[in-house]
Amino acid sequence: MSAMRPTVGLFVTCLVDTMRPAVGFAAVKLLQDAGCEVVVPAAQTCCGQPAMNSGDRSDAKSLARQVIKAFAQVDYVVAPSGSCAGTIKTHYPELFDDEPEMAAAVADLTERTWELTSFLTTVMKVARVDGRYDGVVTYHDSCSGLRELGVRPQPRALLEGIDGLSVKEMEMRDTCCGFGGMFCVKYPEISGKMVDAKADEVLATGADTLLGGDLGCLLNIAGRLSRRGSRVRVRHVAEVLAGDIEETPPIGAPRS
Amino acid sequence: MQSTARVFPDNAHRAMGDVNLQASLARFSQGFPVKRRLAIDRLPEFDSLRDAARDIKNHTLENLDFYLERFEEKVTENGGRVHWCADAESARQTVLSICRESGAHTVTKGKSMIGEEIGINEFLEEHSVAPIETDLGEYIIQLRHEPPSHIIAPAIHLSKEQVADSFREHHAEYPADRPLEEPRAMLDEARTVLRRKFLQAEVGITGANMLVAETGSIVLVTNEGNGDLTQTLPQVQIVIASLEKVVPTLEDASTILRLLARSATGQDLSVYTTFTTGPRRPEDLDGPPAFHVLLLDNGRSRMLGNEFREMLRCIRCGACINHCPIYGAIGGHAYGWVYSGPMGAVLIPNLIGVDEAGHLPNASTLCGRCEEVCPMRIPLPRMLRKLRDQQFEKKLSAKPVRWGLAGWAFVARRPALYQMVMQIGVAALAALGRKRGRFRWLPMASGWTGARDLPAPQGFTFQEMWSARGGRRQ
Amino acid sequence: MTDARTSMLAAVRAALGRERLPDTEAAVLQRRLDEPRSNIVPARGQPSPEERIDRFIFEAERVQATVVRLAGLEEVPDAVVRYLRVANMPSAVRIGDDAVMQAVPWHSEPLLETATGPAVDSDAASVTSAFAGVAETGTLILLSGPKSPTTLNFLPEAHLVVLPSERIVGSYEDAWQRLRGKLGNGRMPRVVNWITGPSRTADIEQTLLLGAHGPKRLQIMLVDGECPQ
Repeated sequence: MSAMRPTVGLFVTCLVDTMRPAVGFAAVKLLQDAGCEVVVPAAQTCCGQPAMNSGDRSDAKSLARQVIKAFAQVDYVVAPSGSCAGTIKTHYPELFDDEPEMAAAVADLTERTWELTSFLTTVMKVARVDGRYDGVVTYHDSCSGLRELGVRPQPRALLEGIDGLSVKEMEMRDTCCGFGGMFCVKYPEISGKMVDAKADEVLATGADTLLGGDLGCLLNIAGRLSRRGSRVRVRHVAEVLAGDIEETPPIGAPRS
Repeated sequence: MQSTARVFPDNAHRAMGDVNLQASLARFSQGFPVKRRLAIDRLPEFDSLRDAARDIKNHTLENLDFYLERFEEKVTENGGRVHWCADAESARQTVLSICRESGAHTVTKGKSMIGEEIGINEFLEEHSVAPIETDLGEYIIQLRHEPPSHIIAPAIHLSKEQVADSFREHHAEYPADRPLEEPRAMLDEARTVLRRKFLQAEVGITGANMLVAETGSIVLVTNEGNGDLTQTLPQVQIVIASLEKVVPTLEDASTILRLLARSATGQDLSVYTTFTTGPRRPEDLDGPPAFHVLLLDNGRSRMLGNEFREMLRCIRCGACINHCPIYGAIGGHAYGWVYSGPMGAVLIPNLIGVDEAGHLPNASTLCGRCEEVCPMRIPLPRMLRKLRDQQFEKKLSAKPVRWGLAGWAFVARRPALYQMVMQIGVAALAALGRKRGRFRWLPMASGWTGARDLPAPQGFTFQEMWSARGGRRQ
Repeated sequence: MTDARTSMLAAVRAALGRERLPDTEAAVLQRRLDEPRSNIVPARGQPSPEERIDRFIFEAERVQATVVRLAGLEEVPDAVVRYLRVANMPSAVRIGDDAVMQAVPWHSEPLLETATGPAVDSDAASVTSAFAGVAETGTLILLSGPKSPTTLNFLPEAHLVVLPSERIVGSYEDAWQRLRGKLGNGRMPRVVNWITGPSRTADIEQTLLLGAHGPKRLQIMLVDGECPQ
């Protein structure tokens, strides 16, 4: 690898790929601005988390093998998601703990894998991203990003460079929003109550924008906020950092 | 007790409609977690103590046979008796025969989750022995014929009005129109009623927070002092404890005690921590002349030998429960058996079967807050995943879920096919939802759209646009 | 048919994937029991001799115990009388009969009724001595014995405890060491009570109330000067 210009393989994640490609392009821009060469291996689909969390270890392993292979050639693997990066980094080793012959390949991948904002601040040493966003923002830490990868200060540090933006934190910011992948459709009533509580928290801050680093949580909270008729704008943090706010309407908002 | 874990979604539905319960849960979420945080902030060594406690328990479990034998030896040396009980039935029979030998009519009880697990109260009642719970919370739910809804705060789901109603119904010796609005009045009344029971009981039954191999002592922790009156006043003391409660030394017990109350209630230490070693001694003026310890397996040796061994480190502090957003939404009864919250979701399937309690490990977002607060560093989310693995292997998960998963995985393993399917799918979905930017309803997606809108996709996939823009692939 | 003990131990060993431990390994474990070692002791449990008493008082008061300092055991009867008067309680106490309590000149307060023996339900107040106080959490350690029945610690509504200030130690581990020094390793009195504040409950709507089943009041009389061991 070139120390100056590492090659980053973007792990798009299935939710970004299908629901909100704009997040992927925002991530590409941030990585390029930070001095990375960005490639997007075609042979990627999903990290396998839905299978893993459903007890389907065999399919989870097949998908994990697919990821290992697709990203074998890049210096780093970066995902605009704490959840998918966390699956690769913390759960692939567990998934293959009965296949010692896979240990080296798995370790090699996990060492190179990062969540977007922590990659920018930690590896690329990005201290500041210039931009403008007029609004009061509250930030939702996804549970996997927070607890599996320690993502909390990184996105906030990057947001400090954005003019016109101020952050107002939620009181119970450690609490899950109730998404939980398949959980939200398997136990919709419990999930609904949890996301309602999270919506209360968001509204209590008085912020006009909710940002976060994981699309699953954001779709969930945005969906609940809009069901309640709230006008809070919801975006992935990469969109604000990359300045993609004119082109793409907030999550769940109509194209104006 | 009879499990209702099988109908967990119905239980949860009922719980979410229960106004009293929801008010209690709202109060609860602001209580224990905040107090725990304050207590830990006063103890910088907390995390290193967690490591030490984990290591102590791991060491003990690896040598469990040795420490159990030493414990037994010490109990016997001090004049007590150890009964080995492989399952709930043998524990119940052992308790009953001790009660019969001592001619007991009334038995006072300290709060014991093992007692709940083996259903000792119902059993004794069937055999004409009256068990009286003496922990205030347990006493209240016993009057109401309810199981505990929390391992350390069994009546957390009730309002003071509900408690007052129960007291009016059951304390017939008091005038019906007495003032009973304030918790203080209720406590004073319960104290008086239960004091008579304490003095009357022939047998006292308690659980144990720990068993100390070094000395043959049982460690019992309470705030009310009911445990101590239970184990001091009657002529016969019975302690029921599961195998994994043993620790090597008094120092080891002390390390764990530094974690227990802080994690549970946010106290540095509970008010009463009592080390009891054997029956009344020859010159003693009080204390029960007979001292029995029941060592109960009831599934523990099985867990010791499988991938759930780490769960045996659990000290029943309730921290995982106090921090669980699922518990916070539905309370404890919905879990359908003795335990609840994350520890319950791991323990219940292990004790009564994953086929019976299959919902519990699935009803979790795996948010990881439980593991974050567990003083014994039990990897609870990993254990929940292992239970899901078991269910999948045994084909216990619902067929539509398994088939859906299989279909999705078939496509996801074929990137070219996957990308084509996704392109078509999101284009169609976006065409439908473009105008509003979201869906209020979608066929087959009521699980999602019941509580929230579904934001519409942008209409193209990242992959197709990246190709269209000629982005680099390798 | 094998008995339950044998089959349960066999099940445990099967789960551990081994037979009974060989003697050499068992001997190592036995040594861990015979020569118990401290694990981590928090800094809070290792105060300097000068800090020890202050920390004990601070922590004990934090958990709603009350603390009064006395210059010697001769001041105890007067302190008890005053305490009962302020609390509006009858001038009668059930007292322990151990060396410390025997060294208290009870006759100096002729109007104070004292009785020894186990507590009964009608006893409103008791006075006992403590084996140790633990600075770390303001915890009292009381031992049962022929002259210190356990019921005195739990039945009365007010519990007054005489604690010679030289008996305050830093940590629980310090207290265990003192106890082993007194009784020998592996030996315990029938009951060791750690008491940290007066009895309490929060079982009704999480409202904290003192005096659940044990004493509503815990008064610690911290006594300087000579005290019998």
